[in-house]
Amino acid sequence: MASSPSKTVRPRSALQPPVSRKPRLFRGQCVCVRGSAFVAIMAASRVKYSVLLPTYNERQNLPLIVWLLVRSFEQSGYEFEIIIIDDGSPDGTQEIAEQLIKIYGSDKILLRPRAKKLGLGTAYIHGMKHATGNFIIIMDADLSHHPKFIPEFIRIQKEGNFDIVSGTRYKGNGGVHGWDLKRKLISRGANFLTQVLLQPGASDLTGSFRLYRKEVLQKLMEKCVSKGYVFQMEMIVRARQLGYSIGEVPISFVDRVYGESKLGGNEIVSFLKGLLTLFATT
Amino acid sequence: MTKLLRCLWSLGLFGVAWAVLALDPLDLRPLPAPWPQVLRPLPAYLLVSFGCFSLAVVGFRLGTFNDCEAAAQELQDQIREAKQDLARRGLRL
Repeated sequence: MASSPSKTVRPRSALQPPVSRKPRLFRGQCVCVRGSAFVAIMAASRVKYSVLLPTYNERQNLPLIVWLLVRSFEQSGYEFEIIIIDDGSPDGTQEIAEQLIKIYGSDKILLRPRAKKLGLGTAYIHGMKHATGNFIIIMDADLSHHPKFIPEFIRIQKEGNFDIVSGTRYKGNGGVHGWDLKRKLISRGANFLTQVLLQPGASDLTGSFRLYRKEVLQKLMEKCVSKGYVFQMEMIVRARQLGYSIGEVPISFVDRVYGESKLGGNEIVSFLKGLLTLFATT
Repeated sequence: MTKLLRCLWSLGLFGVAWAVLALDPLDLRPLPAPWPQVLRPLPAYLLVSFGCFSLAVVGFRLGTFNDCEAAAQELQDQIREAKQDLARRGLRL
């Protein structure tokens, strides 16, 4: 059952470790060594997934997302850790996180808080410093991103040896729940405009449910300067510039069950500004 | 080269080619009789076609945007299950 390494040349990370001669090994996989017998190698310790969960006032959602994450990973059998980066929520999110650590163990749940609200980009940098996995999964903690898609992200990543796998609401079975027609129209229009102007080779640029190779995310974080929606777009655009490969998984986006969802006129203006900035500078 | 520059570059190239062929300001007569007249409204045609194409694409995608009712229902059920399980494990909200 040798996984045949395909000969197709795809842009790959220069930072990739020099093991690429051999196919990557995963738990329980058998590998045919050239000209000899099968050798089974247990390689469980080699691949680990770190989930970064930036939170602000997610007391209601945090235990639920953690529960879903743990269940998804236990069913799929991949090694994982969940890193909660809380920006000093006044609603006691951290107290809930402490309880979750007691329930699931401090090797699975890590709380790495910050004193105040400092933004998403720096939250990822902060979380990555503490991550021990070779892949980083970023997602929203508000239950709009369902952990059931993570095994699919991992499967696609392995299949195409991608540097990034991005969840997409705009392809295949992907979609949204809880959006009215106006919001859908804005979303579709903005997405079309983005595709025309940036030609990014990925269908969902503003989504934030993604899997990255750790070193790829590190490199991208050094390059990206935008905030909010634009930050997610810039990550993909810069990734293309740097020659990283991007795979996609259709996801269903279920808008916030608890708490407020935000899309105002200001958001649209700052989105357009960011889009034009990227168009003019990349 | 940035995407903006590339875009301006191709627009400029197209503009010059169109001007030479359709308006013929230098009186080179590159094309026989009916062609310059035919080419003159070309940019307007292209603009309108692109507008129609965009509207059609956005409209089609708007109409076929999945609503994911099943996913929302599944999530609600799982939230209930999660709350029960977490309470059993001693989580106090």
